[in-house]
Amino acid sequence: MTAILKRELYSYFNTAVGYVVLAVFWFFSGLSFYTYCLLYNTSSMTMFFASMFMMILLITPLITMRSFSEERRQKTEQALLTSPVNLFEIVIGKFLAALILFLLCVLIFVLYAIIIAGFTAFDWAVFFSTILGLLLLGSAVIAIDMFISSLTESQIIAATVSIGIGILIERLSSIANYINTGWVTDFINKISFDKHFSNFSTGIISLPSIVYFLSVTGLFLFLTARAFEKRRFN
Amino acid sequence: MVEVKHLSKHYGRVLAVDDISFTANPGEILGLLGPNGAGKSTTLNIITGYLSSSSGSVEIEGCDILKNPKEAKAKLGYLPEQPPLYLEMTVKRYLEFIFDLKKVRLPKKEHIDEVMEIVKLSDVAGRVIRNLSKGYRQRVGLAGALIGNPPVMILDEPTVGLDPKQIIETRKLIKTLGKKHTVIFSSHVLSEVSAICDRVVLISKGKIVADSPIDKLSEVISGAGMLSLEVEGAPSKVKAALSSVDGVRKVVNTSGNQYTVYYHTDVDIRRGVFNALAKADCPILSMTMGGLSLEESFLKLTEGGED
Repeated sequence: MTAILKRELYSYFNTAVGYVVLAVFWFFSGLSFYTYCLLYNTSSMTMFFASMFMMILLITPLITMRSFSEERRQKTEQALLTSPVNLFEIVIGKFLAALILFLLCVLIFVLYAIIIAGFTAFDWAVFFSTILGLLLLGSAVIAIDMFISSLTESQIIAATVSIGIGILIERLSSIANYINTGWVTDFINKISFDKHFSNFSTGIISLPSIVYFLSVTGLFLFLTARAFEKRRFN
Repeated sequence: MVEVKHLSKHYGRVLAVDDISFTANPGEILGLLGPNGAGKSTTLNIITGYLSSSSGSVEIEGCDILKNPKEAKAKLGYLPEQPPLYLEMTVKRYLEFIFDLKKVRLPKKEHIDEVMEIVKLSDVAGRVIRNLSKGYRQRVGLAGALIGNPPVMILDEPTVGLDPKQIIETRKLIKTLGKKHTVIFSSHVLSEVSAICDRVVLISKGKIVADSPIDKLSEVISGAGMLSLEVEGAPSKVKAALSSVDGVRKVVNTSGNQYTVYYHTDVDIRRGVFNALAKADCPILSMTMGGLSLEESFLKLTEGGED
């Protein structure tokens, strides 16, 4: 697993991918920080984090789009699948590498927090609970997008479908408002990433939300491994 | 040692591999020979655990590839048809990755240096694989297969796309590998197989059509028990005369004066044929044992043509 993790990180940072993702993410998060915090003269980062929600849904497809599709296209998966490693080691190695890159993206928020803390009293507890929420959200989205990448040979398709699903995730809670059937609205609200994430960004570390994000992550990593293996039997 | 037993593989309705069984012994170079699309790569992919089989079993050094995949795969080095290279990595980094991936327990730096020495990669160790030529890439793939000194080496068309000099080098390398490892390699080039292998398994349309030591191959596939003749005279008369000879199984009038005689290999029918045709007053213009060259019989066997 460490071999795969190391190789993935190496390939993120030996190609432009890692740097481009970081640059784009940092640029737009900086812009949001300037607009929602500095310009408004506020120490509350709630608005900022709300705007980052969509950003995260859009950036993760770029992190994960090549993870399995490129292996398949270049046939490098043959090296992985004929080596003495099991499938979950491969999937988890790749997942952790993507998560580390995501973590690096999010790490810039600490800098923003320090800037605010330099001017006024800053609520670090809420900040860290939000960061925890972001990581959980990120891992769930990465797992979903990795699953999509394992279904196709084309990076473009993987990225497009992943972005589509990202937008759907973002819209989910507003879709719920348009539906009049009570139990459907309830259900959508229960699975909406938005609702679970807002717990963390208001400083509530809620166990159900943690369990929810971790379950989604686990489920999609499992499905990724299945999808990766399935092609051996076709 | 590799034991393949009753292997079959369906792709949907297509039967790509049909009940293949063979054994490759330690220190033996086994050539898997067959035209394109015969099922060679599929067979090798199943042996290495990349694809599943529809039925049958594969044992690598006594470990079943499906029941003990980790143990079995640890004993394998595989070079697929298209070497599985991460193009953005340098040669050295790639080999280090393969080393870690295979969980090899040898001194890392020394072992990788040694492997690069064997396949003559040392001078490009620091280059990015994307910038290497096809021949070098093939060698990087081969080096990857060699990492960890696995007892079994599986090479899928290792010489395709190489220039003649590289082909000769690769063949030499495979020959040396054969001394220490069990080597299975596939090719659609007969001369290559006969130059390197100890034994050859000939596959056509997913089936084994011949399995024999290389020095017996010509006998097996080329024309043991076959005699080509050019005889003057009425075909019916010639045929009757030939058929009367002891040991003859079948006579075919291939064209004009040309005849092919099939006979039981334990007797030499040439004298009998001479006498019979002389008696029938049909002069023999030429007589050749065997009849087909190795290449011709390879084609004939793999095309599954008529006799």
